[in-house]
Amino acid sequence: MKPLARIAKAAFLSLLFLPAVSAQVTSTRLLESSKEPQNWLMYSGDYAGRRYSALDQITTANAQTLVPKWAYQTMAGGKFEATPLVVDGILYATGQDNRVFALDARTGRPIWQYQHALPGDIRPCCGKVNRGLAILGDKVFVGTLDAHVLALDTKTGNVIWDVSAVDYRKGYSFTLAPLVIKNLVLLGVSGGEYGIRGFIDAYDTNTGERKWRFYTTPGPGEPGHETWEGDSWKIGGAPAWITGVFDPVTNTTYWTTGNPSPSNRGEGRAGDNLYSNSLLALDPDTGKLKWYYQFTKHDEHDYDATQVPVMVDQGDRHLIVQANRNGFFYVIDRETGKLIFANPYAQQTWSEAKDSSGSPVARKGSSPTPEGNRTCPGAAGATNWMSPTYDPQSGLFYVTAREQCDVFSTAPQPYDAGHAYYGSAYFPNDDAQPFWGALRAIDPADGKLKWEFKHTSPTWAGVLSTAGGIVFTGDAEGNFIALEATSGKVLWHFQCGASVYSSPMSFAVNGKQYVAVAAGSALFTFGLP
Amino acid sequence: MDTIQRGSSSKSRGPRFKSLRRATLVAFPLVLAAICSTAHGQEKNPFAGDPKEAKLGEFQFRANCAFCHGLGAKGGGRGPDLTRAQKKHGSADADLFRTINDGVPGTAMPQNGATQQGVGMTPDEIWQVITYIRSVEVKNAGAIAGNPAHGKELFYGSPGCSTCHMIAGKGGRLAPELTTAGAARSVDYLKESVRQPNKRLAEGISEAMKEFSQEYETVSVVTQDGKAFQGVVLNEDSFTVQMMDVREQLHSFDKSQLKSFQKTRTSLMPVYDTETLSEKDLDDLVSYLLKVSTEPGGAK
Repeated sequence: MKPLARIAKAAFLSLLFLPAVSAQVTSTRLLESSKEPQNWLMYSGDYAGRRYSALDQITTANAQTLVPKWAYQTMAGGKFEATPLVVDGILYATGQDNRVFALDARTGRPIWQYQHALPGDIRPCCGKVNRGLAILGDKVFVGTLDAHVLALDTKTGNVIWDVSAVDYRKGYSFTLAPLVIKNLVLLGVSGGEYGIRGFIDAYDTNTGERKWRFYTTPGPGEPGHETWEGDSWKIGGAPAWITGVFDPVTNTTYWTTGNPSPSNRGEGRAGDNLYSNSLLALDPDTGKLKWYYQFTKHDEHDYDATQVPVMVDQGDRHLIVQANRNGFFYVIDRETGKLIFANPYAQQTWSEAKDSSGSPVARKGSSPTPEGNRTCPGAAGATNWMSPTYDPQSGLFYVTAREQCDVFSTAPQPYDAGHAYYGSAYFPNDDAQPFWGALRAIDPADGKLKWEFKHTSPTWAGVLSTAGGIVFTGDAEGNFIALEATSGKVLWHFQCGASVYSSPMSFAVNGKQYVAVAAGSALFTFGLP
Repeated sequence: MDTIQRGSSSKSRGPRFKSLRRATLVAFPLVLAAICSTAHGQEKNPFAGDPKEAKLGEFQFRANCAFCHGLGAKGGGRGPDLTRAQKKHGSADADLFRTINDGVPGTAMPQNGATQQGVGMTPDEIWQVITYIRSVEVKNAGAIAGNPAHGKELFYGSPGCSTCHMIAGKGGRLAPELTTAGAARSVDYLKESVRQPNKRLAEGISEAMKEFSQEYETVSVVTQDGKAFQGVVLNEDSFTVQMMDVREQLHSFDKSQLKSFQKTRTSLMPVYDTETLSEKDLDDLVSYLLKVSTEPGGAK
């Protein structure tokens, strides 16, 4: 079928399955997002976390003709990390400083704009960032830097409900895009730099009432509590600051967690420090833990596991895979939580052995020292929050890898609520070679590298794959790049004028495919001439 | 502080601005008092000389500043040695507060909280950092027994520094401009740069939001029509390179259009060992860099 015909068919199918083109997003539509590839209904594009678009109008044959279609300027400084949603011709996104906006997806012209009034003493760790929205019915949902959860009217941007999740003054904030499952909106908290107690929350999408909270550091009497020394669990961190995924077949939602606090000092929190740096399988209705897998036990290098985990099916095998910040690519049975294998996909020096389950364990002597100890990957990790993608056509997993080592030092530090709590410092080490980055294509069957495209320097851009046989990504030098999914050959690039700190997405309006990415203060869209 | 101006929501602006106005009227005397105390607070360090606050400041320093300024504030390849009492962008408490909070435009020094590293600091935490910096300042730090006048002669003389380096408008453009290098870098770093120029390449352009600065890498290209150029990289991305050749000519190339493109991390700068530049001459040269960096308008 010709690409255009496919788009037309997709659009026609969506008409068939839906009462009207402008109908509200239902939980059924979210479950069946693959039936409406013209829309991008959640942060990662689908519940599997694949960041894959079934649109195939832009192909390896015509990608070199891509042109900018429009740009929308938030006029805000700092990192623009959001992935937009698109529903039936309307694009919804967030910008820096908790801006939210709805645009005509065809032209980029704003329909409404909202900005949450932030107090002056918010404590976001790494800029006033936000990564996006979730949508259900007549509401879009956003988490804010002062730890509120808001529901905004999709038609007007008016606040429908606004709840405070926790006291932001202690270092809590929300930066991730929420995830809607059935009638609940789920989100996890940020603040691993402040000695928070991490959690994942679920709110009633209609009322904002909190239905459950899962604390990522277990309290007294709960399993896992014994993995913390004394009261260290109370300030143990383990934030859950990247959007989870959902398997409707088993009714399981998977979330990942970040570092134990303080991030670079293990003294005072002896033990594995569950459930820091873990993959959690939760019942989305109750928040009950089904199983967990901890990637990095008793972490001292800030190896958050907060990378979007991706559900991949290989025949009868139902897997969940993650390229972890600690430099290993993990393949896990998503029904049992059992590790299948873990292979390095970037340079790492923190581990040189595996335990009986095949899980990498920390090398003795890899801990930060008062004078500094060089370890790879560095504190920013072999990858970070920028999304990977899984392309079912090529069968490959694509991830932004960062080749950077740091010198980790440590120092005793008392906990002081709401104040930075690292117990450490780190520096780039004086390698003779400069740091660099790469887009890597990995075969999830064996974890082997298929190809890589080298970036001039480490980048913070995520990856999108499309049915046109293309992967899109960005770089720190400001390029937005289209590559052939099977080979890594560059097909096209565009200079956005500022580093890309976001993960791209794709949508279609009036049968025309667009690719969108945030860079600098602008959201750019591209399409065929 | 900037929450008020962030009312750009078309939907929420009306009511919020209204309530703000009402709140402002009621709270006006309070607001005025707050503004006065804030302004006052940014002039003078409330924690001056308090060793406990200095210790807290050290934690903040490690998390937010040490990445560039080094452990112990002694400077790194990126940030100046802060143990010197004389600071490039002002040495008074209020100057330090402003430098830390607002950053230094046109340099790699970012605004408070705007970096990937560190979490940003409250005003109190900034004062703690300043208290810490004061506690590690050393009298005559960075002072070396050199003769700056002879250093100047050397700079413009036989060692050939000014062939490539410029100070206050005089000299070459191929290598980093050095008017402020004495203030922006530690003495150890300056000496290392002369003795071992390949160990750490000097940093060139820093782009807003870009994590790593461009370095002074050496580049050699051959164009399709066989022209060869050697020089330094001014900037580069995956697809293009902007370079200055040894004749100070600027070139822009698409890498895919070049017959060959080679970069090395061997600096174009020659190694000055003790044979070519004695320890005493090096001291003189560095003392000139230190002196000129503190002179208004650079070398006179």
